[in-house]
This record gives sequence, structure tokens and C-alpha cells, in this order.
Amino acid sequence: MSVAPLVVALVQVAVAVVFAPLVIGVTRQTRARLEGRVGPGVLQPARDLRKLLAKTPLRAAGTSPLTVVAPVVLLASSLLLAALVPLVAALPLALVPGDLFVVVSVLLVGTVAIALLGLDAGSAFGGMGSSRHMTIAALVEPTVLVAVYALSIPAGSSALPLIVAARRDHPASIATPAGVLAVVALAIVVLAETGRLPIDNPATHLELTMIHEAMVLETSARDLAWVDLASWLRLSVLLGLVGNLLLPWGVAGTAAVGPVLLGALALAGKLAVLAVLLATAEVGMAKLRLFRVPELLAGSFVLAFLAVTASYLVA
Amino acid sequence: MNAVAWGLLAQAALAACAVVLAVATRGRVRTVLAGLSCALVAGAGVVTGALALGGRTVVVRVATALPLPPAVIAPDRLGGLLMLLVGAVGVLASLYAIGYVHGASASRTQWAALALFLLGMQLVPAAGDVVSFLLAWELMAAASTVLVLAEHARRRTAREAAVWYAVMTHLSFVLILAGFAALAATAGATSFAALAGTDPTRPGATVAFVLLVVGFAAKAGVAPLHVWLPRAHPEAPSHASALMSAAMVSLGGYGILLVGIRLLPGGPTWWAVLLIVLGAGSAVYGILHAGVATDLKRLLAYSTSENLGLVVAAIGLAMLLRTHHVPGAASVALVAALLLLISHAAFKATLFLGAGAVLRATGERDLDRMGGLVHTMPWTAATFGVGSLGAAALPVTGGFVAEWTLLQALIHGVRPADRVVAVVVPLTLGLIALTAGLALVTFVKAFGIAFLARARSAGAAGAQEAPASMRVAMALGALAVLALGVLPGPVAAAAAAALGLTGADGARVAGLGGVELTGVGAVLSPAALVALGAVVGLPALVGVLVVGRRRPATTDVLGWGCGGVRTSPRMQYNATSYAEPVTRIFDDALQPRRDVVVTHVGESAYLAERVRFAQHVDDVVEARLYRPLVAAADAVADRARRVQNGSINRYLAFSFTALVAVLLVVVA
Repeated sequence: MSVAPLVVALVQVAVAVVFAPLVIGVTRQTRARLEGRVGPGVLQPARDLRKLLAKTPLRAAGTSPLTVVAPVVLLASSLLLAALVPLVAALPLALVPGDLFVVVSVLLVGTVAIALLGLDAGSAFGGMGSSRHMTIAALVEPTVLVAVYALSIPAGSSALPLIVAARRDHPASIATPAGVLAVVALAIVVLAETGRLPIDNPATHLELTMIHEAMVLETSARDLAWVDLASWLRLSVLLGLVGNLLLPWGVAGTAAVGPVLLGALALAGKLAVLAVLLATAEVGMAKLRLFRVPELLAGSFVLAFLAVTASYLVA
Repeated sequence: MNAVAWGLLAQAALAACAVVLAVATRGRVRTVLAGLSCALVAGAGVVTGALALGGRTVVVRVATALPLPPAVIAPDRLGGLLMLLVGAVGVLASLYAIGYVHGASASRTQWAALALFLLGMQLVPAAGDVVSFLLAWELMAAASTVLVLAEHARRRTAREAAVWYAVMTHLSFVLILAGFAALAATAGATSFAALAGTDPTRPGATVAFVLLVVGFAAKAGVAPLHVWLPRAHPEAPSHASALMSAAMVSLGGYGILLVGIRLLPGGPTWWAVLLIVLGAGSAVYGILHAGVATDLKRLLAYSTSENLGLVVAAIGLAMLLRTHHVPGAASVALVAALLLLISHAAFKATLFLGAGAVLRATGERDLDRMGGLVHTMPWTAATFGVGSLGAAALPVTGGFVAEWTLLQALIHGVRPADRVVAVVVPLTLGLIALTAGLALVTFVKAFGIAFLARARSAGAAGAQEAPASMRVAMALGALAVLALGVLPGPVAAAAAAALGLTGADGARVAGLGGVELTGVGAVLSPAALVALGAVVGLPALVGVLVVGRRRPATTDVLGWGCGGVRTSPRMQYNATSYAEPVTRIFDDALQPRRDVVVTHVGESAYLAERVRFAQHVDDVVEARLYRPLVAAADAVADRARRVQNGSINRYLAFSFTALVAVLLVVVA
């Protein structure tokens, strides 16, 4: 196994950890400005993180060691995600080739960790959030796999680095109906998986409407810091993936310093654009009722399936 | 005689020995001696299976009293793999049973039945012809019925479950018998080697295929023939549930593999599509019901229906891709079918053994009355957790590798020009993905509600950890689930070899225990994934430890209760409420019955004194398909009974009519 892709993967992780709080900062700041507020600045999430790490955690009586372990597992899964997804460079690792199913299952390990965290304290809110979170995760799965199936047909592989590289080398395949439909379906799924509007409101403070926040209600201090950082990483990595699928330019094809730097810069640009777009879209959108969410996800599944059909027409 | 023949003989001798010990000894001595000898029977199965898998062949002919050619016992590589699988589950279940059995389940009949059940299951994959297959099959079916009946004196439901099981298992036997009869008539032989040459285009082959597939599907618990599973498993003792659900249903899957791949390869496309529809339908149906089930063992039973559905779908996919000239992906689908069987056996055995430990400790099967067991039963919690990860197909477990292999077959089975493949493959992918998603909900629910949070009943609050023999069995099961997940390469290579897939269209070891599917050029090394995770997660872990050292946590605060103090554990989410969104989304498919009774305070219509809510999810297939059938059979039997009214004159008239009929036939 050559070392270069491994080094690049570690660079990706470092880049993602730096960018994740900034992406959240940009969305929150954009949202504040659009709503007529001054906003705390894009560095506020990073400052929050520092504050949380300095506090003493409070854990509810009767919680198990899982309350300590789950946030770390969630963080580890998010970091691994950042290593596997082609963000800065599209170089498959020899034995772990960034296969989409592997990526999805690593994502799901985090999903399950946080769902169990929600159940552990034995609070009604935690259970409620956990139940809703897992239901949405279950309904998201068919869309993810079928969308990737559609993307894998032109590339001839389900490995994400190869799909991104194929799109970069053959830009004509990006604007095909199959490519566009699949990426749109995937984008809806990303919103659902990362708890953004219209599926979940990340800024809510009403227990009954929460999903993500309900699960972490009992979590505090460094536990919460790990959960927050992990959730931000998930959003940034998945946004980066959508960005790289839509605009694969700038993604490094070799492990040299120049292309990797360029890839990081390109990633920063794409993430900034997507974060601003996400915040802008969210300002004009209300949260869906929970039981309307399956309709949205069914819609995204139909898009993904149409993408498969369309890819047959081209092939 | 070679080693395999000695192994077969040893199994029979040890089983006889176990039966004698079960009958001759009593009390605790019986439990220990019979349990150990059952473990030895299964252990002999493991060794014999491994030898046969390694390529040692033997043909043993046993003359029977039946007016048939001698029975042929000839385990091939595939049979060896299955014998190994069944034996391994048998070892775990026997060890576990030593600590688990009590009361009726420790009787001499139960121990003797267990030994015979193990022997029957281990002989089924060794069979080399129809006669020996059917004999072993019937031994397995009859002995398992006795095991289901263990608690018949205490619980009426156990008797009902045993009747359902006996009817379904014998229906399956009759169908298999008829199927083999049709096949033997078409081919003019009874040994599998001779039957393998049958021309699949002949009408007799089609009849045989349908009968055999339906018969084996009933044994495998594939919907809509699954009705015995959610009844028999909750009632049988847990080690018997584990054996039936992890080992016996695998033999149903083996049967379908035997028919579809070995005896009748190259059948028409609709055979393959039939299997895919049956399998994918069963997978979705099973996991939906598992998702909303609140009885832990019923949940696991439905999950078996799901997993065997996936196996059948994988076999169907392999047949479809083979007939449509995509050999690489077809071989991957076959390997996936075997990996699914193997990983299912590992995690389902672990889960049923865990459920048994919980049942023993709390007296509860109802998830809504469990909770907080992780504090009192850490071993059971850890092993059940690993099993749940396997069932949810998460890394790094065997379930994940198996599902990954199946998805690789689907992704690489794409042929846009071939209409059937182009339609079937993506739809199957969508269904399998939905199944995988719902499996996540199901097993997060099963583990989270049973083991986390606070105890919801007195039984759960006073639980105690299981005794050593049970803990060892559960830990071995959990280790197997993890080993299959971390080092799947050798297993996949063995599976490919068992299927006769070598060279370009097989599976081989890549890197450190990783798997390479040479048919489609896909590589997965879970060990490398773990290593990468460790490298990436190491700074995080160090950070966690450093920060944690600096500021230890305060662990006795109250949870958030909206300003109030939570006192009742009933205020937590339970299994029913956890599955409520799923129940509501799939309302049309599940058709739950809900009863809400509101008692009002005095005259006020606005103030409720108490609200009683009850929800039942009936099996739609059972209610719509089986109930009418049973009612019709009852009605016919009722009519037939009128013929016999006890009048001697009527019986004489019957005799006379019969005599006349016979004479007429003879004359004509």
C-alpha cells in the first residue's frame, strides 16, 4: 500500500476539522444577516467549542458508560468519513477504496451512536429524538444507495474517488439528466442526514419539534463538544461531497503538494458557496411536519430512480 | 474409511450416547452430562464439516428397511460448509443450555430431542441422495417440534405454537417430498449427482422447482410461509430458538441453493425472478414486523424472515445474472448468499442466546417492560450489542461484509441493454436498502430499549447476570460476529470454494484478512478500515483522555424534566413509542389495531382522569391468508364429520358401496 493516499487522507481530515466550524459559522452568520441581525461572526462555533471543552460535564444519574463512549464514537466516525470521502483529492486507498457502501455504513455508525446516546439517559425527549432520527435514517437509505447506483453506472465503480475523478475527467457526464437527478436526490438526503431544514430545525429550542437537539439534551461540556464537532464535520464533509460531484474541478488527482493545496482552496470555495446557499434557502423555509418528511424522502427516491433510468438511456 | 466417514460415524455414536445419558441420569448431573455430549455431537459436526469443506470426499451407502435403493451420504464442500455452520451453532447452544435449562426444558425428553435435532441438522447437508436427505430432514423436523413443546404444560400458547409449527414443517416436508418425487421421475434417479443432469426445460423440472422452492422457503421462514416463526420462537426454550433460527432455517436456504444452483441450474428467467420477488418481499415484510414488534423473541423471529429473504433474493439474483450472461456478478451474488447465511447464523445465535439470558433474569420477553439491563447484565448487554450491530449490518461485523458483497453484486450486475436485468436490479437494490435501513431502527430499538435507560418493571430492576456457561456461549457468538467482520477474507474464499467458484470468478483474501471479489474487482479490508479509524481517531481519543483527566464529570445530576422531577420510569420512551413513526408511516402495510379508552373526570369532557392505550400489530398474512384457509379446512372437516354419525346401517352401506365401486373398477 503506497503511503501517499494515506497522507492525503490525513490531510483531508485536518482540513475538514478546520473547515467544519467555519462552515457552521458561515451559515449562522449568513442567516443572521438575512434576518436583519448582526450575528456573532463566523468564528463563534470555534469559540463555543473551546468553551465547552473547558467545562465540567454533568451526566444524569443512571446513565451508562455509553454516555461517555457514544460522543467519541460519533466523532471517530465523522473523522473517518472525512478520510474516506474525496474532498481535497480523489485518490482511492488501496484496501479501503472509499466505496460508497463503506462510507454510508461509517456514517450510520455515527447515526446509531447518537441514537443510543439519546436513549441512555431515560428521558422522554431523548427517546423521542432517537426514534425520529432513526426513522429518517431508515427512509434515507434507499435514496442514498439508488442515487449512488445511478452515479456508479457511468463511472463503472461505486468508489467515490473514482466517481468524482470520472466526472472531473469527463465534464460532459455532469450535465446529463442522470447525473443531475442523482445529485439532487443526494442533496435532499444530505439535508435529512445532517438535520437541516426542512427536516429538522438546527436552531430550535422547543422540545417537541426537536430531533437532533432532543437526543443531545442530556449531553454537556466536552461530550457536547464532541457531538457538535462531529455533527459539523458530517455536514461539511457531505456538503463537500455534493460540491465535488457538482463541480469536480480543483480536486487533486495526485498526492503532490501543489494540487493538494489547490484542492483545499477549491474545497474552501465550494463549501463557502454551499454554506451561503444553504443558509439562504433555510431563511425562506419552514420545518416540515414530521409525517410529511417521508413524502419528501419518497420524492427524493423517485428522483434517484429516475436517475437510474436516465443513465440507461445514455449508456 | 476416511476421516469424514469416521466423523459421520462419531456424530451418530455421540448422539446415541447423549440420548442414553439424557434418559439414564437425572437432575443436575443429567444437565451437565447431556449438555456436554450434545456439545460433542455438534463439535464432531464442526470437525467433519471442516474436513468436507477442505475437499475430503466420501460416499457412504446405508441400506434402509425402505423398499428403495440404499441411502447415500456424501457430503461435498458446500454440504461441509453447512455442517460446519450448523455444528458451530450447536456447540454454542449446547453449552448455553447447561446453564439455561430449568424445569420442563431440562427433562429427559428435551435433552434427547436436542441431541437428535443436532444430529438431524448435521446430516441434512451430508445427504447425497433424496432418501437420506428426506430421512435426515424428517428427524430434524420431528425433534424440533418436541423442543417447541417444552413448556406445553405451563402455557397454552406453547401448544398452539407447536401445532402451527408441526403443520407448517410437515407441509414443507410434503412439498419437498413431492418436489423430489417429480424430479426423480423426470431424471429417473435419486442421487443428487444423477439429478444434477436434469434438463430444466422439461415440465417435470418446473413442477419440481416450484414445489421444492416453496417447501424449502417454508422451512427457511420466508414470507408468506413464515407464520410458524413468530409463534414457535417465543415459546421454545431460548437455546432451541437459537438453533432453529440460526441453524435450521439456514438449511432451508441450503435447500434453495441446492435446487437453484446444483440440481437445476440454467432454468428459465422467471424462476430467478420468482426467487427475487419472494426474497425481497420477505425481507421487507419481515423487517417491518420486526421493527414494530415489542416481544423480543418475536422481533428476532421476524428478523430471521428478513435475513433469509435476503439470502433467497441473493440466490435468485445469482440465477438471473447467470442466465443473462453476467457471470462475474452472479458469482459474487452466490458468495453473498453464503456469507449472509454464515453471518446470520452467528449474530442470530448470539441474539437469541442474549434474549434467553434476559428472559431468564427478568422473566420478561416484552421490551416495553425492560430497561437498564446494561447496569446489571454487562456481559449480556455487550454480546447482545455486538449481535445487534451484526443484524443492523454495521461495520465491523459479519453482517456488514455480507451485505456489502450483495450490494457489490447488484452494482456490478448492471446491464442497460438487457431489459429484465435493467428493471430488476435497481428495484432489488432499493428494497434491500430499505430493509437495511429498517433493520437499523429495529436493532437500535431492541438494544436501546432493553439495555439502556431505566428499568420499566420490577423484573427488569432485579435482574442478575447469567451463569458462566451462558456467558461463555454468548461471548463466543459475539466473537464470531466480530471475527467474520474483521477477517472476512478466508471465510469468503472458503464460501467461493464451496460453491466451486475458482479463478477469475471467485473471492480471495486481500491484505490482512480482507476480501477481494475477483468477479467484479471489488476490495474490502475491514482490518484496514479499523486501522484507518484508529489512526484518525487516535488524536481524538488522546484529546478525550487529556480533557477528561483535567475535569472529571459530575454524574449524579437529574435529567431534564421540563422543570419537574421525573419519577416514573413509565415516562420514558418504550419499544411501542419508539416504533410509532415507523408504524404510522407504514400504516397501510401493517394495519395496527389501536384501542384508546379515555376516562373523564366527573362531568368534564376536557379533563381526563386516565387514558388507556393498547396497540396490536397482527400479522396481515396470517389474518388474511391463513385464517380463511384454516376456517375453510375446519368447515370441510365439519361436513366430513357428518358422514360418521355412529349408525351401523350407514357404515354397512358405505362398505357395500365401496365393494361395488371396487368391483366396477376391476370389471372396467
